[in-house]
Amino acid sequence: MCGIAGYFNLGNRPDDGRRVLERMIYPLAHRGPDGFGFFQDEIAGLAHARLSIIDLAGGWQPITNEDRTLWIIFNGEIFNYPELRAELLQRGHVFTTESDTEVILHLFEEKGTDCLAELNGQFALAIYDARRRSLFLARDRMGIRPLFYTVHAGVFYFTSEVKALFSGVAGLPRQIEPRVLGEIFTFWSGAGEQSIFTGVKQLLPGHWLAVDSAGLKGPQSFWSLPFCPDEPGKRTEQDYAEELRALLIDAVRLRLRADVPVGAYLSGGLDSSAITALVRHYTSNPLKSFSVAFADSVYDETAEQQAMVDHLTTDHHRVSCSYGDIAAAFPQVIWHTETPILRTAPTPLFLLSGLVRRNDYKVVLTGEGSDEILGGYDIFKEAKIRAFIKACPDSRLRPLLLKRLYPYLALSPTRSAQYARSFFDTDEVPDELFYAHRPRWKTTAGTQVFFTDEFAAQVVTPESTLADMAAELQGLDFFNRAQFVECRMLLANYLLSSQGDRMAMAHSVEGRYPFLDHRVVECAGRIPTRYKMKVLDEKHILKMAVRDLLPEAIVRRKKQPYMAPDILSFFGEREPDYLSYYLSEPLLREAGMFRPQAVAKLVEKCRKRSRQGFKENMAFVGILSSQIVYDKMIKNFRVDIPDRLESVKVVS
Amino acid sequence: MEENIATIRAFIFESFLFDANDDLLQNDTSFLDEGIIDSTGVLELVDWLEERFGISVEDDELVPENLDSVNALAAFIDRKKSN
Repeated sequence: MCGIAGYFNLGNRPDDGRRVLERMIYPLAHRGPDGFGFFQDEIAGLAHARLSIIDLAGGWQPITNEDRTLWIIFNGEIFNYPELRAELLQRGHVFTTESDTEVILHLFEEKGTDCLAELNGQFALAIYDARRRSLFLARDRMGIRPLFYTVHAGVFYFTSEVKALFSGVAGLPRQIEPRVLGEIFTFWSGAGEQSIFTGVKQLLPGHWLAVDSAGLKGPQSFWSLPFCPDEPGKRTEQDYAEELRALLIDAVRLRLRADVPVGAYLSGGLDSSAITALVRHYTSNPLKSFSVAFADSVYDETAEQQAMVDHLTTDHHRVSCSYGDIAAAFPQVIWHTETPILRTAPTPLFLLSGLVRRNDYKVVLTGEGSDEILGGYDIFKEAKIRAFIKACPDSRLRPLLLKRLYPYLALSPTRSAQYARSFFDTDEVPDELFYAHRPRWKTTAGTQVFFTDEFAAQVVTPESTLADMAAELQGLDFFNRAQFVECRMLLANYLLSSQGDRMAMAHSVEGRYPFLDHRVVECAGRIPTRYKMKVLDEKHILKMAVRDLLPEAIVRRKKQPYMAPDILSFFGEREPDYLSYYLSEPLLREAGMFRPQAVAKLVEKCRKRSRQGFKENMAFVGILSSQIVYDKMIKNFRVDIPDRLESVKVVS
Repeated sequence: MEENIATIRAFIFESFLFDANDDLLQNDTSFLDEGIIDSTGVLELVDWLEERFGISVEDDELVPENLDSVNALAAFIDRKKSN
């Protein structure tokens, strides 16, 4: 795993390009602490920060091809590289390293953009063609690895994290993009290619972008989320379960390829348990597992984790997490997320990756992605129940099903079936494109009450954002549409980034996600809705596929989504000192996003009672994280760069 | 009743509307329709009712007719107090 950064001359080039590259790559040293590499010519510059995982001795980047016309920097892993390498060797390519990076280069040399279809992996990459004077960027299908870019003063810049741009690009404006803050305060994350910083875009998952002297070509999609109408035919649920299991076994096997030991996160839920069990049963990988133990029993899953540890006899390690631990780490977490978030949930994963690193592990498998592709989330169940009620509105019994939702919440919105019905049985019909998500988005948008009038006036309606997605949802049932929206928005823009890549990379740890192997995702896309959630049994096919590998209690356990205490973390024990700075009236006024008086009243309310409802929890964490982003990334952005970076590889 | 209405309004502003203008909330405004109180906020409201007015709200009384506006709340409190 690594960090990448670079530039391309679009009519201009930066003064002292080498120093620009150094200033860009140094802030990414947490992604690649093992050393830096650079390439430069008169058109382009590439920089790479390396975390050594494959080909420890020979994998330094940038890497070039046989005639030194192509140069690549790469963040991520190509899991099927040995097979691809063997084919390329047969076709006459000459390799100088054992790395997966070089495989991409030769494949690109041969197939151009079509090479992406052959890669099974998680990646952000840049290939510079010195002969054609062009740059090619690409990002993996699900958005596991990040890639940002901007154009400033006639130069195109790209990077793994935005802080590289702010550090390296002289004169680049740093400001919050109101549209995206409005998206976060509605959808829980940004929704499209625009980042929270005006002018800085992300390359969307499954897209490539080409740059030459004529400008930008693309972004263009090379893969789409595979949800589709139920396929006709006679395949049984057993057939699908067998196909899923076979693919998961292979996805796990490929993801254990590394020249360093591979561990696993074990949350106590079905998904990480399934992955860990597959490692135990189908590979000889020694099993070290890691988990978070919450001090607050409402969030803690230690008992379930221990059941799996006992069952699989893993060498298990835990990091404990109290309210105070979350509060203490939160500002540092936001430095890494580089975006406002409405939940503290990334913070325990930041602490967890620290534990992994202290155990000298660099790579962990996780169960991320299963809930999205196989139908595990409560929002899918909620939509199914709402549709069931809507089909027979006079039924007195159907609304009682709402009481089966959210039993794990201290303040359950379904304690009263009648109230739940008022809330969930909305006017929308299941044919409405975003049917499943409307109640959630309405509740979340209530947090915008804290925006200043000036800021709110710049926030566009979410409908214009949603319109971009509408065409891709046509023809799907509401369940598949909900899955698509979860994958596109929350998985890519929050779970895999703020909670995934950024929290692991903060401690130089690489997460690997067998459920997000594109073959597994494509299989899940074909499974009929009625099998993914059979009546109200979530992830039914997955349970069938792995039941024999797990204790029955884990398979039968009611799903508890991963959550962390929000307001409680800041007011449940001791108020962190920094609140008085980040939420001070002068800083709020200066940032211009939130009304100071309203924020003061919210804080007052939190002090009186730290157990609050959805809206207050999201608002508080959203406001605090936005203020931290403003302070750390805009007002007081600063990275001290050494005069000259010690580099391990310089080519030009 | 008038006194309770003032108390209820003060609570709704303090807890859910923060520094919004007073005219944002009419006494018959639906909390749910206007997004003033979300589904978890209702339970916070119930905790407050029980504590402030010394009444006990049963699960079958957790219905919008009793709790979804300032006027509905005031009438509900009156009914509970007179029982």
